[in-house]
Amino acid sequence: MAIITYRQAIKDALAEEITRDESVFMMGEEVAQYNGAYKVTEGLWERFGDKRLVDAPISEAGFIGLGIGAAMMGLRPVIEMMFFSFVYVAWDQAVNNASSIRYMSGGLINIPLVIRGPANGGTNVGATHSHTPENMVANFPGLKVVAPCTAADAKGLMKAAIRDNDPVFVMESTILYGEESEVPDDPDFIIPLGKADIKRAGTDLTIVGHGRSVLVALKAAKELKDKHGIDAEVVDLRSIRPLDEATILKSVKKTNRVLVVDENKPYCGVGAQISHLVQRKAFDYLDGPVHRLSAVDAPAIYSPPLEKIQLPSDRDIIREVELMFNINA
Amino acid sequence: MTTKKTAKKTPAKKKPAAKSAEKSAPAASRSSKAAAPYADAPINQALTNDDKIAALVSMVRIRKFEQAALQAYQKGKMGGFLHLYIGQEATAVGTVGQLGDDDHVITAYRDHGHALVVGMSMNECMAELYGKYTGCSKGKGGSMHYFAPDKNYWGGHGIVGGQIPLGLGIAYALKYKGKKGCCFAFMGDGAVNQGPVHEAMNLAGLWDIPVIFVIENNKYSMGTSQERSSVYPKEGLAARADAYNIVWDQISGENLYEVRAKTRVAMERAHNESRPTVLEIATYRYYGHSIADANHQKYRTKEEILEYQQKRDPIMVWERYLKEEGVLTDEQAKEIDKKAKEEAKDAVRFAEESPFPPKEEILRDVYHSVDNPGTHSNEGEIFFNDRLPWN
Ligand SMILES: Cc1ncc(C[n+]2csc(CCOP(=O)(O)OP(=O)(O)O)c2C)c(N)n1
Ligand SMILES: [Mg+2]
Repeated sequence: MAIITYRQAIKDALAEEITRDESVFMMGEEVAQYNGAYKVTEGLWERFGDKRLVDAPISEAGFIGLGIGAAMMGLRPVIEMMFFSFVYVAWDQAVNNASSIRYMSGGLINIPLVIRGPANGGTNVGATHSHTPENMVANFPGLKVVAPCTAADAKGLMKAAIRDNDPVFVMESTILYGEESEVPDDPDFIIPLGKADIKRAGTDLTIVGHGRSVLVALKAAKELKDKHGIDAEVVDLRSIRPLDEATILKSVKKTNRVLVVDENKPYCGVGAQISHLVQRKAFDYLDGPVHRLSAVDAPAIYSPPLEKIQLPSDRDIIREVELMFNINA
Repeated sequence: MTTKKTAKKTPAKKKPAAKSAEKSAPAASRSSKAAAPYADAPINQALTNDDKIAALVSMVRIRKFEQAALQAYQKGKMGGFLHLYIGQEATAVGTVGQLGDDDHVITAYRDHGHALVVGMSMNECMAELYGKYTGCSKGKGGSMHYFAPDKNYWGGHGIVGGQIPLGLGIAYALKYKGKKGCCFAFMGDGAVNQGPVHEAMNLAGLWDIPVIFVIENNKYSMGTSQERSSVYPKEGLAARADAYNIVWDQISGENLYEVRAKTRVAMERAHNESRPTVLEIATYRYYGHSIADANHQKYRTKEEILEYQQKRDPIMVWERYLKEEGVLTDEQAKEIDKKAKEEAKDAVRFAEESPFPPKEEILRDVYHSVDNPGTHSNEGEIFFNDRLPWN
């Protein structure tokens, strides 16, 4: 086990897969010579050269489409979005073409494509740069989407995504790039898509999240224990589609209370799907309604102290749990 | 190879923009009084001494504002990105500085210069960077998203190329309303490779829209030189306009006279013929792409940066012209510099002392119907917060 950053873990995954499989190449803005806007690909161009690390002009629709076409031909392109917010200029390629071609061809074609990059708020870059489109991507049958929150998950999921034969969107976080955690050394360490992870075991309440929200939930869980003796179980979805329903339901059946936390906007957010799942398949186990925390329902505000309020915090989680447990704090 | 030939030939064949500019180009040789190229263009001849000084003030104010913003940024007073315009000042002043009542502007995230030129105050601009309630967008937009529609300034846009179709639409609306105006739609050299830019150009050429596409070519899109992002960079990015039957011209962005002269030609074309133009202005940014771009001396040489700063600086060049013309003295120049610096310092103080927006502001300005109750026939829920963090 090595302790490395989330950034390094992704880089290692990319390097290992580029080494392992000749059909893997990376393309995006500033990924090669500049070493990546967020340094995720630092050193890779030097190591692997122009063919495997390709700097593209600011033409997302062009190069995401290119990625789909190349994937149709059996290559395994990994396309970087400098910010996931920029995927919208290529929305037709990314969601319409990538999701439909296999289906429309009656299964004759498949698209082993990865689109990866940061999708998070909290860095004061304003409404146009702070989108978390995992819920929208998940709405397209044919697409897969994952959102790792630790270095190990980032590495294992990235490798699984690259080896997968369908289009996989990997949602990262600029806030997490510098976070360190343990990662297994095994070059074939893989985390299957569609496998959730219990990041903290508990008995009183299930907190379900994905991406950075999981870390926020873990922080809150610690305080809930210290302050109120409430033992929260934190379920990290890791993969949003495919979704590990079994792990969620098992946890809910044990704790009988659920709080869903995510950075998505509430309307049709990932949390809405989880909430539906729980009421539909574990209704009789619930001691109360499913609660949900999301970003405040407005475009991302720039003003730094206000953006902090807009996104769900550990304070918000604690407050919500206090409400669920009728604690007057 | 054949394509290359055509691409080269076509612009040469129909270059009315270049031609009309040529008329004013030999100004230097024709007149001994005005040595500066393009000083003889009618639009420049019309400048009074006070106008010329005002143009200098305008450029210096941009620079001082941004230097103050940079300092504040480095002290951790603001978040997000800060893209500096320093080095490109003559572009905003030479183009936006000519705005008439029915002329409009839209630009990308490198937007502070254009904002100050349309008449937005340093105070509201600085406060926006600080995320304060007194900012031009109440602290909601930040550096990349300045707006002042009352001054015909339609933003400040963060998605590369995204503003260009909007600029087309603004110009479309002007034509629709029968106004004799135009819209300047600014973009960088990297933005020309966005699909929507090309769709907008085709529509403008097809439908006679009075839009002026301005490519501010500062040679780099982040760490990518135009040679690495565009085909035929030497022939000029503006030459792509040929594909859309749009007249184009290239401008040296270090000479305010030239920017003004060639911009005027485009404005008249828009006003009188309702035809678009593509202008490519050669310019340079002295700082990195944003403050986060600490590596900007890796993808370009120190010598290149110094060459622009020391020999081709638009403020320096303009000061030299004005001194040669006897319009400006050293003392005056110093005074202008000092005043702008003080104004920027005051703006910093204003921003520091201003309050942040109240938290309820997060949910305001999302929908017109919500902000103006009783004016729409809307029913049902429109926000979906189970509970607000402050309730
Ligand atoms: C669609 C989209 N892709 C990528 C980015 C990230 N990005 C912001 S500015 C920029 C470079 C733009 O360069 P250029 O158009 O030359 O303008 P300049 O910054 O030089 O003024 C990039 C890649 C973005 N904001 N939007
Ligand atoms: Mg540029």
